[in-house]
Amino acid sequence: MTIADEAASAGLTKVGGRPSLREYVTEVWRRRSFIFSMARFRIESENQQNSLGMFWVILKPLLNALIYGAVFGVLIGPQGRPPHFVEFLIIGIFVFEFFAQSWTAGGRAITNNSALVQSLAFPRMVLPLAAVTERFLKFLPTVAIMLVFLVATGNPITWHWLLIIPIFALFFAFTCGIVLITARLAVHWRDLNNFLPFITRFFFYTTGIFFSIEERFGPKPPSAANPEGTPGHPWLVTLTDYQPVHEFLSIARAALLDGPFYDTNTDYWVYAILWTIGVLAFGVWFFWRAEERYGRVD
Amino acid sequence: MSTDPTEQSRPIDDLDDLGMAHPPVHVPKGTRAPVVIVDDVHVEYNVFATGKRPSAADRKSLRLKGRGKQMRTVHALKGVSFTAYQNDSIGVIGTNGSGKSTLMRAIAGLTPTSSGAIYSESRPSLLGVGAALLKDLSGERNIILGGLAMGFTMDEIEARYDDVVAFAGLEKFIDLPMRAYSSGMTARLKFAIASMATHEILIVDEALAVGDRTFRKRSEARIREIRDDAGTVFLVSHSMQSIKDTCSRVIWLDQGTLLMDGEPDEVIAAYHAAQDK
Repeated sequence: MTIADEAASAGLTKVGGRPSLREYVTEVWRRRSFIFSMARFRIESENQQNSLGMFWVILKPLLNALIYGAVFGVLIGPQGRPPHFVEFLIIGIFVFEFFAQSWTAGGRAITNNSALVQSLAFPRMVLPLAAVTERFLKFLPTVAIMLVFLVATGNPITWHWLLIIPIFALFFAFTCGIVLITARLAVHWRDLNNFLPFITRFFFYTTGIFFSIEERFGPKPPSAANPEGTPGHPWLVTLTDYQPVHEFLSIARAALLDGPFYDTNTDYWVYAILWTIGVLAFGVWFFWRAEERYGRVD
Repeated sequence: MSTDPTEQSRPIDDLDDLGMAHPPVHVPKGTRAPVVIVDDVHVEYNVFATGKRPSAADRKSLRLKGRGKQMRTVHALKGVSFTAYQNDSIGVIGTNGSGKSTLMRAIAGLTPTSSGAIYSESRPSLLGVGAALLKDLSGERNIILGGLAMGFTMDEIEARYDDVVAFAGLEKFIDLPMRAYSSGMTARLKFAIASMATHEILIVDEALAVGDRTFRKRSEARIREIRDDAGTVFLVSHSMQSIKDTCSRVIWLDQGTLLMDGEPDEVIAAYHAAQDK
């Protein structure tokens, strides 16, 4: 009898082996209150040292919107500007901010928590998920600000607004998927954390946060100033049709804003759902595959 | 029981190359089941002289060219084998750099083995000196999160909370962020959190060294308690008194090999004799 057989007969398992995917996911689900508590505690402790305290949760996105509003609303000309520009901008910035911050923070979730990872045994997946949850909890008050702002600027409240609940739930799941993939890659290749701010900035400028891709690059009908009309860059518009963050932003804006420009695009709903399922399923699998690797000190 | 003479002071046999000729896993008479089996474990680190571990791609190219100038292979463990049984509390001794912590990290599943395998009943938790759990959060929050991470429910943590705080002796400081704690207080809290869970394999790597006398006595008592609860404890320490007080068996590592495995008094005497040489 070899030692391996002997170990098996005594009911021992190999150290460093990972549980099956199903067991693993069950274990993560059992830790859901860990995920939530960690997110909540982190937000509290982050704000404890500021004299304005929890008020920062609201103040930060407001200041952000103010700066971007000033820069893109006043300084930069009206080229590619859709109707309801200020509302368009606010929704874009708030939603994207959640995504970008989750991405950079979640990518570091394993590498920055090595003390915790090396002290206690628990499925490591809870760390990146807690990072996204933390950003999502911070995102919720900004949604409230967004809605108040929309009402204040005279946008009608419709039942369409309820659609943001499934939209943001989907977006949360999608972001979790992206972050799980990134968190594992950052363990193998730490330099990725340094690249992330640039990657998110690239997405910020190309996703259509402060200009409309359709307005800017779509075909223009003939007008007095431009009797020929322009064909635009249809391939670019087609490309962004398949860009998930653009899809999420578009359906969120369509749910909240009125007018023909913001008509709901059913295709985007389908694409966004497919992206979410695909990215989340792949992310969970991909992260789980390296579970035994995360505690390594080097 | 640990006094079973057949189990003590086993000579360390050379491994035969044939798969069937491994030294038999020694199951003493009685019911004590093996909890951890360490089977011919080797651990090698490839380190750059700067201390940075090369990425997989670097390693490959360097191996093709022969060993690079700036890269060195540290053979931290060279074929260690032993079996730990239920209720064992095993002291691990050896000079600095003898491979104690590497062995403990390998048993905890944190450092993968280069060859050989480790089998265990449940995932061992390693308790070492080092950074706080989440240093920005208060001790209270760390207890809650630590408990949740180990899979306790909120109610279970609430039931244990007062015990943990009392054990760590941090009643006055529990609402302060852990970055304000001294290293001794941090170690106490970590030990208290980790010992919330029962029926597990606990590895204590010099974590008691920073604690004061009172705490050391208390944690040694807890280690014995865990052991009596059918748990298994590994204790790495340079304090022979701690080891004598808590351990039923001692392993002596030297330069990555297991020199001796047996009764505490005997192994410690041999270790001291070698040191004094």
